[in-house]
Amino acid sequence: MLAFLLRRVALIVPTFLGVTLIAFALIRLIPGDPVENLSGERGMDPERRLRLLHEFGLDRPLPAQYAEYLNQIVHGDLGTSLTTHEPVLREFLTLFPATVELAFFAMVFAIVLGLPAGIIAAIKRNTVADYAVMGVSLTGYSMPIFWWALLLILFFSVHLGWTPVSGRIAVQYDVQAATGFMLIDTLRAGDFGAFRSALSHLILPSIALGTIPLAVIARMTRSSMLEVLREDYVRTARAKGLSRWRTVVVHALRNALIPVVTVIGLQVGLLLSGAILTETIFSWPGVGNWLIHGVQSRDYPVVQGGILLVATIVIVVNLLVDATYGVVNPRIRHG
Amino acid sequence: MADAAPPLPGRFAEFWSAYRQSRGAMIGLALAVALVLLAVFADVVSPHPPNEQYRDFTLTPPAWQDGGTTRFLLGTDPVGRDMLSRLIHGTRLSLAIGVISVAISLSLGLVLGLIAGYFRGTTETVIMRVMDVMLALPSLLLAIAVVAILGPGLANAMYAIAIVLLPHYVRLTRAAVIAEAGRDYVTSSRIAGAGTLRLMFDTILPNCVAPLIVQATLGFSTAILDAAALGFLGLGAQPPTPEWGSMLASALEFIQRAPWVVTFPGLMILVTVLAFNLMGDGLRDALDPRLKR
Repeated sequence: MLAFLLRRVALIVPTFLGVTLIAFALIRLIPGDPVENLSGERGMDPERRLRLLHEFGLDRPLPAQYAEYLNQIVHGDLGTSLTTHEPVLREFLTLFPATVELAFFAMVFAIVLGLPAGIIAAIKRNTVADYAVMGVSLTGYSMPIFWWALLLILFFSVHLGWTPVSGRIAVQYDVQAATGFMLIDTLRAGDFGAFRSALSHLILPSIALGTIPLAVIARMTRSSMLEVLREDYVRTARAKGLSRWRTVVVHALRNALIPVVTVIGLQVGLLLSGAILTETIFSWPGVGNWLIHGVQSRDYPVVQGGILLVATIVIVVNLLVDATYGVVNPRIRHG
Repeated sequence: MADAAPPLPGRFAEFWSAYRQSRGAMIGLALAVALVLLAVFADVVSPHPPNEQYRDFTLTPPAWQDGGTTRFLLGTDPVGRDMLSRLIHGTRLSLAIGVISVAISLSLGLVLGLIAGYFRGTTETVIMRVMDVMLALPSLLLAIAVVAILGPGLANAMYAIAIVLLPHYVRLTRAAVIAEAGRDYVTSSRIAGAGTLRLMFDTILPNCVAPLIVQATLGFSTAILDAAALGFLGLGAQPPTPEWGSMLASALEFIQRAPWVVTFPGLMILVTVLAFNLMGDGLRDALDPRLKR
């Protein structure tokens, strides 16, 4: 087991280095050098330009620059935002809990609806229920989520007035950010009005972000369940007189879940992609929103650092998924 | 081949009878054909030029609503352009985006995958590691990174999407090549004196096509979806281009007063993506029964 884990950890090192290389190249590939971009429309005299280039270390050979960049990363220095003049890492860490909170509830929504839907579709194969689940999940899978989010806002916020349109909490609440997770912070403060407000702000973004994972989970559960239901041990369980319900829940589901768990883990990358769009639409103060602002305002340290951090998270989560999978399924471990 | 007399069904007939089995696949095909026709005949079918501004008719509702007119069936946008005509021309754009980015990505992916699978060793390791890195980045994030480098715009968005799709084709081709390279027919044609290029492209490649066709179809819908997302974020097609994503974004502030400016472009994206996903699923079941879910 340990050897398997070590092998997996060793494999992510080149991947991580590759990501740093992309992030490093990003700043150097943009048209014009970063110093020129700093100077804006007015331009800058050549002497000052050279001094600034030297200051940023941009006049040194590329390998030396890259080594310096890696050294900075290892020390947690990801540069300073050009717009807010805050360290990129600190900005990321303040905003990240908001994205995690959103992604977590999106995933809960996807699993709570997706698993039962997939199971029902498999058990009632080729019935109206199956067709309905598969139709809805194929539609969900093809959904442009920025549009879906707008429709949700149009109906639930504007038409029915049930949920707020955007943001994380109503403006009248001033919550001390202790953990960065709004629900936890409001509860710690004992402010239930604020808690309810935060919860109602979470509903629509979670649904919008969770729709594609929901579709993927429902499809995966169904196909995995169908495969398991054909197995001999399931027939044996039925033959010895167990109820259909018990056979499905106790015997089939446990084995059918293995690929589903993997798929759920692999949704993290997708969730972060989706978070970029969802956060933009709901003005959710998270990492995705921040990144898009970075791109739009040509704040390259933010884009560079943000890409590096998000990729690192995806790599680490995928590693954890693999490790869990190895624990659940010994065949992988020894493969 | 030609003198094989027995009336066996041809390869296409065999594929077609398998494809026809799925109702979803047929619906997808019908939708896709309709969309292609719409794109090809956009100039003929559109009632108005896509960028013509009818200043007296800004934000006219669709014909069936109060205040609507049959002159503008799906209403007009904030500057008085006909929604229907813009949507039809958007079909042309979106399909072009799909075709071009998939074509770039597929041809590059084929070559890289063939090289990796055929030569193995260090070449393979280097290519596959680079692909792993690209897969580590969430697709939209990678596309945004590329657009950040190249600058916003329709063409750059297409390159960005081609890069995002690339690892899938490389991995698929490589896996198929490795599976095929050890077969007897490859060995015998090598013994018969076939050169490396001939072995790669003429002997092995045709037998790896099935999974690639499926992936290309699914990649088509990813391309359209991502291009719309980039357009929506202001990083893809720029106004006044009638691209669905940027149409949606530019009308955002009117969503309450004139929901149709937001509803219809999104509906077009959904229908198009759905059509190609249905087709991709159908193709997978028909071309490669082993992959059947």
